[in-house]
Amino acid sequence: MSFEFDPNRPIYLQIVEEVKKRAVRGQYSPGTQLPSVRDMARDMSVNPNTMSRAYMELERDGFIATRRGQGSFITEEQNRIEAERHGLADIARDRFVDAIRELDLAAGQVNKLLRDIREAVDHD
Amino acid sequence: MIEVENLSKRYFTTRALKNVSLRIEQGRVVGILGENGSGKSTLFKILAGVSRPSSGQVRIYDEPVGIQTRAFTSYLPEINPFYPWMQVDEQLEFLSQFYPDWNPAKVDELLLLMGLNPTAKIGELSRGQQARLKVVAAFAWPSRLVLMDEPLGGIDPPSRRRIVGALFDQYRIGEQTVLISTHLVGEVEEVIEEVIFLKDGEIALQGDADQLRQEKGMSLQDIFEEVAT
Repeated sequence: MSFEFDPNRPIYLQIVEEVKKRAVRGQYSPGTQLPSVRDMARDMSVNPNTMSRAYMELERDGFIATRRGQGSFITEEQNRIEAERHGLADIARDRFVDAIRELDLAAGQVNKLLRDIREAVDHD
Repeated sequence: MIEVENLSKRYFTTRALKNVSLRIEQGRVVGILGENGSGKSTLFKILAGVSRPSSGQVRIYDEPVGIQTRAFTSYLPEINPFYPWMQVDEQLEFLSQFYPDWNPAKVDELLLLMGLNPTAKIGELSRGQQARLKVVAAFAWPSRLVLMDEPLGGIDPPSRRRIVGALFDQYRIGEQTVLISTHLVGEVEEVIEEVIFLKDGEIALQGDADQLRQEKGMSLQDIFEEVAT
């Protein structure tokens, strides 16, 4: 699965976010074994060393666990994954708020945007 | 580890490298980024042992550059090093004589991966195909240091993608150190983890790629335009 990176932000952090997103969306269920660093690096077209750094970060974060000789596994704790869903939503909100602030919109325009967002999200 | 201390190189009146010092840990994939004439090729020639420094020290895995380091270094010069009258397989057979650990099974795998016909005449290959052949030669044996001088310049985007893909596939994690020189920074954003920006024979900036992105909020391409052009 190819993945588009934003070259302006650290790539290993974008991989960390992507793995968390996949778990949040249910693409990786709790306890799922992740592909090896090499396979994941090939799938995402990144340097295997960068991938290994992302795995280390996920492990340090407690989001994945690496068992020697067996591989890396997504946390079994559903709560941890739920917490991440909220964390990722907060990040998305903050980015959105920053982008909207820069435009200096009137209150009415902001309300319309919020209605549009609700409608778009509900339709998905 | 590669250690370079106060390295300078003069060609007659031109100073191609001026007091360059750097350290690269084993197993890293490093981009040497600079415009044409910034000193990239000179640095690679010195690391490969085909050109001598005017002054300064270079050690590769604790050895001074020489016969010992050449035996574990795979150097892909920017110029085309192949014989146009040979077939692809003949050329590779010829090269195999110089490398005791040359791996014929690996060559077959790489030719397939690079989409090259073993019986094609080298003189009839496109520039992109010749660039891909260099990659076959570079990874046909388990070298400890790979020096790729402008592997992506002047070739078609599909060939570039193939070359970058081969790197991810063939690179021996933790063991092989890979140095890639290029001025096409956008092409190597996801490939390199460390960068050295060269400008007029001097290091303009060096560091960890993701850390630089974090600090500056910019892509390597944008940083390149800021510091090295």
